[in-house]
Amino acid sequence: MLAVRNLHKGFTLHLRDRLRLPVLAGVSLDVRAGECLALTGPSGTGKSTLLRCLYGNYRSEQGSIRVRHRGGWLDLARAHPRQVLAVRRETLGYISQFLRAVPRVSTLQLVAEPLVARGVAPQDARARAEDMLRRLRLPEALWPVPPDTFSGGEQQRVNVARGLIGRLPVLLLDEPTASLDPDNKAVVLECVQEAKTAGAAIIGIFHDTAARDALCDRAYDMTAARPETCAG
Amino acid sequence: MSAASPGAGPLPGYNFAYLDEQTRRMIRRALLKAVAIPGHQVPFAAREMPLPYGWGTGGLQITAALLGRDDVLKVIDQGADDATNATSIRRFFARTAGVATTERTDAASIIQTRHRIPETPLRPDQVLVYQVPDPEPLRGVETREAEARRMHAAADYGLARVALYEQIAHYGRVRQAYNHPVIVNRRYLASPSPIPRFDNPKLDHSPALQLFGAGRERRVYAIPPHTPVHSLDFDDVPFTVDADDTACSLCGATDTYLDEIVLDDHGTRRYLCSDTDFCRRNRDGGPDHE
Amino acid sequence: MSDAPLLEAEAVTCRFGRVTACRDIDVAVHAGEILGIVGESGAGKSTLLRCLAGVVRPASGTVTYTDAGGREHPLHALEDSALRRLARTDWGFVHQHPHDGLRPHLSAGANVAEPLLRCGETRYGRIRTAARHWLEQVELDPVRMDDRVRTFSGGMQQRVQLARNLVTEPRLLFLDEPTGGLDVSVQARLLDLIRQLVARLQVAVVLVTHDLAAVRLLAHRLVVMQQGGIVEQGLTDQVLDDPQHAYSQLLVASELRC
Repeated sequence: MLAVRNLHKGFTLHLRDRLRLPVLAGVSLDVRAGECLALTGPSGTGKSTLLRCLYGNYRSEQGSIRVRHRGGWLDLARAHPRQVLAVRRETLGYISQFLRAVPRVSTLQLVAEPLVARGVAPQDARARAEDMLRRLRLPEALWPVPPDTFSGGEQQRVNVARGLIGRLPVLLLDEPTASLDPDNKAVVLECVQEAKTAGAAIIGIFHDTAARDALCDRAYDMTAARPETCAG
Repeated sequence: MSAASPGAGPLPGYNFAYLDEQTRRMIRRALLKAVAIPGHQVPFAAREMPLPYGWGTGGLQITAALLGRDDVLKVIDQGADDATNATSIRRFFARTAGVATTERTDAASIIQTRHRIPETPLRPDQVLVYQVPDPEPLRGVETREAEARRMHAAADYGLARVALYEQIAHYGRVRQAYNHPVIVNRRYLASPSPIPRFDNPKLDHSPALQLFGAGRERRVYAIPPHTPVHSLDFDDVPFTVDADDTACSLCGATDTYLDEIVLDDHGTRRYLCSDTDFCRRNRDGGPDHE
Repeated sequence: MSDAPLLEAEAVTCRFGRVTACRDIDVAVHAGEILGIVGESGAGKSTLLRCLAGVVRPASGTVTYTDAGGREHPLHALEDSALRRLARTDWGFVHQHPHDGLRPHLSAGANVAEPLLRCGETRYGRIRTAARHWLEQVELDPVRMDDRVRTFSGGMQQRVQLARNLVTEPRLLFLDEPTGGLDVSVQARLLDLIRQLVARLQVAVVLVTHDLAAVRLLAHRLVVMQQGGIVEQGLTDQVLDDPQHAYSQLLVASELRC
């Protein structure tokens, strides 16, 4: 579903005398449908950067990120922004650690939004959003409230709900269970496992080794793609 | 009063009808263009006239350009032949052109008017000349002259209806009692000079040629005979003239435009026909009475 | 989102005397898409916007609009009347200052009614209903629809302006710093309103602003301008999270500091 070849990414800080910070050098990996790949390695080895590159949030400098989209292969590293938006809508989901809330929009609407954007009727989207939130054990009283006042764990579950509701074929997970208590963590992992069973290709960062072992089939060691110039 | 008082011949030392012949031709050319594009404002090189702006210099120049020796001129101000403005303009042409003048609508070949259309129906051989203070119907809603012209060019007249919308929204009806804008020949928005709403229907398909002159603004425009003239309105709030069965206290007419005259400090009022010629002949036994 | 652009500018350069306000700009907007244009004051954002809307004629380059029937209109080669017709039927322009986009001496209702009248609506009842509807859509109390716009607060005036530009259900909306002089809470409300209406009506938007939070919330794609040229364009979140050009980095860094 996703094939990465020789991906390079670094940052040039123009404001710091054009300081060059290479992060990724030659990442190559493949993920197939129904498979879960874990990104491993200590902090600062570029796990989150890689996920953001894969999502098109960061611009890749070299290499290709090919994703199966609408029956063909599309290179996200070279795709037009509008194609990237289409891929995000129909193919590629991303669950980050942080929730970027839109002011004045209720939680339920926020979760239903990815479906509505794909043309699902608003009532159906709402119904599925309700199922999803119930499943993730978010109290019903919170549904009509915008999530900016929620606790970290609640926001995290809203984020998971929003990321999983579309049942997209490729999922990028950046510590989906980071701020959750054990019970909620188990529910979230169960949902992710379900997505995987349903055929989703998943790439994730899990600091929680138990979660990683339960979900992932393979691991990709980030230290293998460290740039030589970078000491850390 | 006789049908027409014969003129005594033009005043020596003056051009016929005051303006020189080249100027009269220039104005006639502008008028021909105005007739060819009904309702469209045509600029012309207005001259200084021996009359202040606002007293009818535009109408005066049109009349001067049209007058021939055989014309019979009638001049009215708010319908009255004996108002100061009307009297002095009539005398001006009697002296400078030596033409015959009249107070009778049916005897005149050219009628110069300020703010009224005579009650007596006009004929194809008559010309009605309006004195126009502000020829631009969009002035009230669009103050930029260049923009107003572009709106005319594109027939983009929605804004003109906004003023009507406001009146209906605030008062439940159009309150504008005079100068209600019209669409001439289904194309150009025009100011009917400030005639009362009551007179607007008379503009439509009039058998007489109607010419409008604005001296200070240096524009003329025209409504040729039998031209459709539609008072601006909404489909569901059509233009109407307020029905009023008050009678003229002199001739008893109930279908004319009346002037209100306050008689004392206690608010006692009388209503009189604004068209003095029509009123007098009505009292003398009807408009057909000789 | 269809693939053919609704509005496309190619190699557009705008000059005012010796000053070049925009230089060699290529940009496209698609149906249902929000395009943000950011950059410092004087970068040429508003000039570009006015050029895209056909208000300012470029010194060189073309701006092409494709109408609902698929016909292409080269804006700056059109006759004035054809351009005016497009401008009143197919797009709206929300100005930074409400007094540039409103008639303050008229009522709110009349301000919303005017574009409809200019599109040829001649039924008072329809106009009245539409004006009330659109004032409600921008969360204004219709009780005030007959009050003069002059008596409204800045935020309310800006919402009247929005209603006035949406009443004809345009395909394209130009927003020039729509939250300019408003206080922060009103800004957020207006931006959210724009976001919801745009999503619901599927209208394409070109949004000029220097408020990065606003573009992050609203724009799908982002153009960064500096000194009349485009220094960077791409996905909004990519440009903001991973800016490539020195100026974009400065812009993003400056925003985060305050």
